[in-house]
Amino acid sequence: MDAAFWIILTGTLAGASCALVGSFLVLRKMSMLGDAISHAVLPGIVIAFLMTGSRSSIPMLLGAALFGLLTAFIVETLHRKGKLQQDASIGVTFTWLFAIGVILISRYTGMVDLDQDCVLYGEIAYVTLDTVAVWGVQVPSAILTLGGLFIVNLLFVGVSFKELKITAFDPSLALSLGISATLWHYVLMGMVSMTTVATFWSVGAILVVAMLIAPGATAWLLTDRLRSMLLYSLLLSLASAIGGYYLAVALDGSIAGAMAVVSGILFALALFFSPTHGILVRRIRLRRVVEREAKIKGGDAALQS
Amino acid sequence: MNDSLFDFLVLRDLSTRTVVIGSMLLGIGSAAIGCFALLRKRALVGDAVAHSVLPGIAIAFLIVGSKDPLALMVGAVVTGWFSMIAMDYIVRNSRIREDAAIGLALSVFFGLGILLLTHIQHTGAANQSGLDKFLFGQAASLLARDVAVFGSVSLILLLVLIVTFKELKVVSFDPDFTRAIGFPARFLELLLTTLLVVAVVAGIQAVGVVLMAAMLITPAAAARYWTERLGVMILLASLFGILSGYVGAFISYLEPHMPTGPWIVVVASFIFFVSLLSAPKRGVIAQLLRRRKNVRVTLEENILKTMHRMGEADREMQDPRSISEIQNYRSIPAAVLQRGLLRLASEGYVTSQPNKKWSLTTQGVVEGARITRLHRLWEVYLTEYVRIAPDHVHDDAESIEHVLTPELEVELQRLLQRPAIDPHQQTIPYR
Repeated sequence: MDAAFWIILTGTLAGASCALVGSFLVLRKMSMLGDAISHAVLPGIVIAFLMTGSRSSIPMLLGAALFGLLTAFIVETLHRKGKLQQDASIGVTFTWLFAIGVILISRYTGMVDLDQDCVLYGEIAYVTLDTVAVWGVQVPSAILTLGGLFIVNLLFVGVSFKELKITAFDPSLALSLGISATLWHYVLMGMVSMTTVATFWSVGAILVVAMLIAPGATAWLLTDRLRSMLLYSLLLSLASAIGGYYLAVALDGSIAGAMAVVSGILFALALFFSPTHGILVRRIRLRRVVEREAKIKGGDAALQS
Repeated sequence: MNDSLFDFLVLRDLSTRTVVIGSMLLGIGSAAIGCFALLRKRALVGDAVAHSVLPGIAIAFLIVGSKDPLALMVGAVVTGWFSMIAMDYIVRNSRIREDAAIGLALSVFFGLGILLLTHIQHTGAANQSGLDKFLFGQAASLLARDVAVFGSVSLILLLVLIVTFKELKVVSFDPDFTRAIGFPARFLELLLTTLLVVAVVAGIQAVGVVLMAAMLITPAAAARYWTERLGVMILLASLFGILSGYVGAFISYLEPHMPTGPWIVVVASFIFFVSLLSAPKRGVIAQLLRRRKNVRVTLEENILKTMHRMGEADREMQDPRSISEIQNYRSIPAAVLQRGLLRLASEGYVTSQPNKKWSLTTQGVVEGARITRLHRLWEVYLTEYVRIAPDHVHDDAESIEHVLTPELEVELQRLLQRPAIDPHQQTIPYR
């Protein structure tokens, strides 16, 4: 199989894994916490890398996921105990941790197979360089990691669909049903951290954010049903990966960057042309209402005269 | 080592001087304008703007074909501006909320920037190297020319801030009021937006796109702990910005390969955490101490009140009481009670008597009577003025008695015309 196929598959799996958990971030108005976590796991990744010397080990996933949870916890603590407003608390926390991560990379630059560029935009173009044989086929090892991650995320959302849905839409109902909003907050943050870490190598820190937010937000403009929203977000990830790959080839630029751009274009299309929540449709609907009102008023006036 | 330290401190070396002065100048503007962003709850918008200037820089380079700082700056300002307008438009015209709009603008614009930047790198345009310095900042490789351009931008920014300070202050705290008194609120908000974009463009020279948010948010958040006044907050934030720039540049000077930008951010974060913990009023330690003191005062006053009540019962105010006798009247854990009594003794309100008993001093009787009086006056007030049933007023009085000031007591006595008894038919002890 050729490189294009594997790269697009890698992009799709990374994007789809992010989109599954990211949709809930969008619904819970916590997109920026996802942004913060995707930056703040950097020191966790470097430290775990220094200790284990490998990229896709389980300890590394767990170590970095712990850092993600720590981030969510620090943000919450600064907000609650430190009386700092939420947005500032997010901003202070992730820049601080990210800066430490960059410093660690510079300090151990010889020992960590990781540079600043990789941190920002990943190495998706090189996934085919590192392959393993599966049933006689050379499969990029990133596909195995990301495939595993995608299945885990799918299972997670499938098993805890009800809890995620209720805590996202109606926290007070969740409370009365005995579902702890705090517990599910941290469970979701844990999943976001793990997803961030696992997809980090292929798409980089900032572009994880694009895949966390854009597919979910776009899907939310297309439907009112959570199930359809999740399904659409998966399809949108696929479309972003395909479009991104060919845009990057055409411009001879970063594939991950192009994927983010395409996901943004898809969002803009939905924003204007969505048949349910698009700006155009809403304009037309508004005009119809105004016209009907005018007609009724005209009729009233005719009757009176 | 000591020589190099001294050389650094007096900025003897020209390139060191450039880096340090540059880092400091670049920090001031963003720290000052960050205060406004913070107060308007738009701290993370600054983060999105910082990411959005990247495509502008790349496009400007593609058009001009050189790294002319002015051209790059214009490009950066244009896309930074455009992303702010896009965020605003999305939030106002769709069901997408601010957090997602910020995240979208941030990642999509940044993705575009990365795409264009890699495109420029791959096509191998001459003299493109160094454009990617915008990602992580280039404080260490600042040229005198850059410092001159971006430093003067910072200064102009500060000047505008000083001149329009009053107007910006009003619009940050109360946009509706601004409109009502006839100030051009829309224009002022636009001005703030523009200043934010300009500050970001200047600041990324020092720390880069990704960490720019810290230059805006962290000094302002740190300054917020020390003061309630906007003017002081801006001064402090600028000071923290300068300090972070200086120390950050120093650390990266000490060790080669150390990036300046991240160190500036780490120093700023350190200042933030110190402020968070130790600021006199809003700091965490001060809050903790205040809560401790409240608990202590409440306990002491409750003990005095209870002993006063025992005195009322047997008409012997200063009789010695044992711990268990006091506990019969009010259930306080013995150890806590013991500690409270010891402290009251050291303050002269009670004295210890033989057989592990304690008695009120004259001063203690007066204080116990004061708390009792406040409690009962409040009960009268609640039944007569707030019309709460007499059996529901006790709990409220239990907490308010520790808070009422002497002025309020005078006011209560005047309002209630010095009632003789409370709703539970108990005499109110006056002086």
